[in-house]
Amino acid sequence: MTPVLYPALRRLLDDGAQLVEVLPAGEYLEMHLPGAVNTPLKSLDAATTTASLDRERPVIVYCWDAL
Amino acid sequence: MSPRAACRLATLGFTQVFDYVPGKVDWLARNQPVEGTDAGTRAIGRYLRQEVSTARPEETISQVRARVARSAHRFALVTTADGTLLGRLRAAVLDDADPFRAVGEVMEAGPSTLRPNEPAAAIKSRLVDRGLTYAIVADPDGRLLGTVHPGDL
Repeated sequence: MTPVLYPALRRLLDDGAQLVEVLPAGEYLEMHLPGAVNTPLKSLDAATTTASLDRERPVIVYCWDAL
Repeated sequence: MSPRAACRLATLGFTQVFDYVPGKVDWLARNQPVEGTDAGTRAIGRYLRQEVSTARPEETISQVRARVARSAHRFALVTTADGTLLGRLRAAVLDDADPFRAVGEVMEAGPSTLRPNEPAAAIKSRLVDRGLTYAIVADPDGRLLGTVHPGDL
């Protein structure tokens, strides 16, 4: 797992990375980064990730902030 | 939360996992677009103006004075070449300082800034209450994004 800041995030997105918001669904529905899918941390398991994410492409997870 | 999610993905066999540590707050503070039911919330980033004069610290006051005289505002913001905000030249300094002095010697260093994701209505009230005619907006890296003016909010 590699921590990234905004410049690296942009490069990864330009290269086709997948964005995953791990906050609860309500917060995702209110506001999320363009193109992000929602997989709340509590439901992050083999079944959901296998179904919604491409293992061959980079995956970027994010939540609200660094705290 | 996101570090735990990234570790969880790694344990599930994902080999290219990255954690955007500063998260949604950082994205919003850079005035980037969002999707969702609250995406239309009025934030000051929608009302940015970019016409304020800028200056480099090594320029002379006389150089900046001429530029400001041609602009709609009576102040200038001092930035590095990559746009990082260093200071401000208020009208009084532009009017009174030795024209041959360097901007960096006489500027007001480190002026207060806002982030573009702050709510427009609240910022308008704050500016009006304090009798301010504008506020400077910068991103989390200190790069100047522009200014906002109460009449626009």
